[in-house]
Formats: sequence, structure tokens, C-alpha cells
Amino acid sequence: MNHPQEPTARPIKILITKIGLDGHDRGSRVVAAHLRDAGMEVVYTPPWQEINAVVKLALEEDVDVIGLSCLATDHLLVPKLMQALRDQGLAHIKVVVGGIVPDEDEALLLDAGVSRVFHPGSSLDDITQTITDLAGPAAVPDEDR
Amino acid sequence: MSTAVDDAAAELVERLLGGQRAALARAITHVESGAAIARRILQAVQPGAGTARVIGFTGAPGVGKSSLINAVIREFRSRSKTVAVAAVDPSSPISGGAILGDRLRMGEHGTDDGVFIRSISSRGHLGGISATTAQVVDLMDAAGWNVVIIETVGAGQSEVEITQIADVSVVVCAPGLGDDVQAIKAGILEIADVLVVNKADQPMADETRKQLVAMLGLRRAERRNVPVLTTVATTGEGVDRLVSVVEQQCQRYPTPKRGQRPHKRLQTLIAQAAARQLQERLATSNEAMIHDLCTRVSRGELSIDSAARTLLDAVLK
Repeated sequence: MNHPQEPTARPIKILITKIGLDGHDRGSRVVAAHLRDAGMEVVYTPPWQEINAVVKLALEEDVDVIGLSCLATDHLLVPKLMQALRDQGLAHIKVVVGGIVPDEDEALLLDAGVSRVFHPGSSLDDITQTITDLAGPAAVPDEDR
Repeated sequence: MSTAVDDAAAELVERLLGGQRAALARAITHVESGAAIARRILQAVQPGAGTARVIGFTGAPGVGKSSLINAVIREFRSRSKTVAVAAVDPSSPISGGAILGDRLRMGEHGTDDGVFIRSISSRGHLGGISATTAQVVDLMDAAGWNVVIIETVGAGQSEVEITQIADVSVVVCAPGLGDDVQAIKAGILEIADVLVVNKADQPMADETRKQLVAMLGLRRAERRNVPVLTTVATTGEGVDRLVSVVEQQCQRYPTPKRGQRPHKRLQTLIAQAAARQLQERLATSNEAMIHDLCTRVSRGELSIDSAARTLLDAVLK
């Protein structure tokens, strides 16, 4: 896992961000640093992003995965983000959520198209492996598929 | 090669030239990863490139390049120009990964459709930019963006490759960085078409400006004429003047010079591409041979130079 990518392979590109009004960004920083150490290219933003700004950013950066840190009910905004991504033709981008998500809300997120919810106690290695698996096919340039 | 790749490239380029942002984003991804489709894309956009003004911003880490670019974008937008930014951040020498955080200082343009920001990992390339930055700029140019801004990694004294791409290179300094000996050393200050002392609200700012002016006074007459400006990126102070000076400097080239790039510059770019390809081949060359060479060098039977020559001969054969 901790090896540099082969020169011909494209590193996985991921956006780590926070939507909503919560400003606790320790978790997103820890995850961002770990993913960098796993060889990924991590676009990092501060908290309080607007949904439109996240969509524009994901489009311009052509990311494979979006990781959202949600600690204070911001996960309830995620279905809106999923819809906005689909509206912009970005349904191919995988979305994962980490943080405090009540068990009874998890289905809401998965139904909206979120690939995985990481609850407290998730290991960084599990997060890295899941993201690697999710990005897998997308990390290969189109014409080589 | 399959015609499927040709078709995919043609379709993507058509959407890119039509102004679709997603197509530009995807084309950049292809070019960055050196995919087979990249060559066809670059070939197809060449005729469309050469109309954007390309401005490079470089300077040490922490001088405020990203914040200044944020203010410069605002100024260009008020002059009705569209702006694309290629913001290069360093990749980790250990893992190859990167944290791309330049655009977090450009958040105020987060929902403006007249601004396109792309973060770029240097992917191990030294020199202040990534190996493919020049091609990324060509794509942005062909896609119709009026102004293309390149932000280099926080550069030290020798990351000067930006001059090979940019029409105008802006070197950003912060107050109180070193004495006047630093200011007459060779390197990054020499490549400046415009010098900016950012954070000019800080006490040492005027001192730093004077040192830079004094440095210019020691130069040969024809290289003295470099404007030294002061800005406060966070308030926007001095930014309108900076943009006016940059636009003036662009006028030095009746048509942007990338449309008629001098052969000397192309020679450099081609040599760099060749070096890159060679390095890739060296990295994947015969392990047994490299092991043998290491053994002989460590025994003192062979010098490093002759080992390198042997390896080169084998790879180029």
C-alpha cells in the first residue's frame, strides 16, 4: 500500500471536504494525510463548502472519489450533493462519508448513492483499501479499459 | 493503434473546443497520466492554442502566491476576462502522494463559471512545475480561457522552468526574507518580469522593496527595467496596478509568443521530454544488470560514471 505508483499508472485523485456548518476538521485532515501517505493525490478544502462549489471543484479536478467528513448532522445534506453530482453528469464519481452518522440514517445515505459510510472506530487502513477498491477501474485511463 | 482511441480523442477535443468544462478536466487527466490518447488530444488542440495570456507566479513557500492569485483572479474578472489556473503542489518524495491545497485560498471563486482551477501534483518533477504543465496550459488555452495563471510549487532559488511556459513571470517575495546578498544571488529573482513584495502591510516591506530596487541597479542596463510592486493580497491593495503592469508586459509580444515559440525554447522542451522518457526506461531496465553494476562499483572496480555509461548503452541499444 505504501509504495509510490508505477510511473505509468495514474495515482488515485480524491477530494476531501466538508459541507454544512460544522467546522471540526481534525478528522478530515488526519484522513487526508494518511491517503497522501498511501500515494493518493488529495485535493483538500476547509470546512463550510457550498454544494455547488463542491460539484464545480470535483468536475474541474476530475476526481475519482469524494470523501465527506460529517460530524454534526451535515450528513443530511449529502443526498442533495448526490443529486447535484448526477445533474452535472458526475454520477461516475464515488462518494464516501466518514464521521458521526446515526445507524438509522445510514440507509438514507446508501439509498442516495453513497458507496460507504465509515463510523467511529474505522481504521485508516480500511478507509484506504475501500477507496482504492472504489477508484480501481477509474484509475485506468479510459482507452485501456 | 485502434481507431477507437482516435474517435474518443476527436470526440473529447470537440467538446473541449466547444467550451465544456468536463471535457477540459478529463483531457487534463489524460495528459497528466501520459495515456495514449493524450498525444492525439494535444495534436488536435495545437491549432487552437496560442491566444491566451499565460502568467506565471513563483516564489518561496508562504509568501502568499495563492492568496495573491485569488486577488488577481478577482481583478481579471472585474475586467471581464475568464481565468484558468494551474496550481502546482509538490508530491511526496516518499509515497508519491500529494496534498493539493492551493485552491483553498481561492475559495471566493468557488462558484464562478468564469474561473477554472485545476490542482496539479508535481509528480516528482523538480523545477517548480510538473512535467506536463506546459501541455495543461495548451489545453486551457485551446479551450478558450482568456488568461491562464500558473502557480509553481513554493520555489527556492533554482525552480525557474516557469519562464519556458509563461509570457510573463511574476516573482513574489515577502518582507524580511534575507539580506541584500540574497537579493543579488543568481536564481529565481533573475527570471522575474515583474517583482512583487506581498504582505506590504508588514514593517519590513519597504526595506525589502528597496533591496530589490538596489539589486536591479547592479544589473546590466538592458536587464534593469523590472517593475517592483507592493501588494497586500488579503485586502487587494496594489492588485489593480499589478494586473495593469502584467497586461502591459504581455503587450511586449504583439501575438503571444507561444504561437511562434522560438526554436531554442522548443529545443529545451523536447530535451526535457526526452530526458523524462529516458528516466522512465532506466527505472524499468534490467534489474540483474543494475545489481551487477552496484556490486562492481561498491568493490571499487568501476566508477559511478562508467557504470552509468554502461547502463545507458544497454538501455539505448
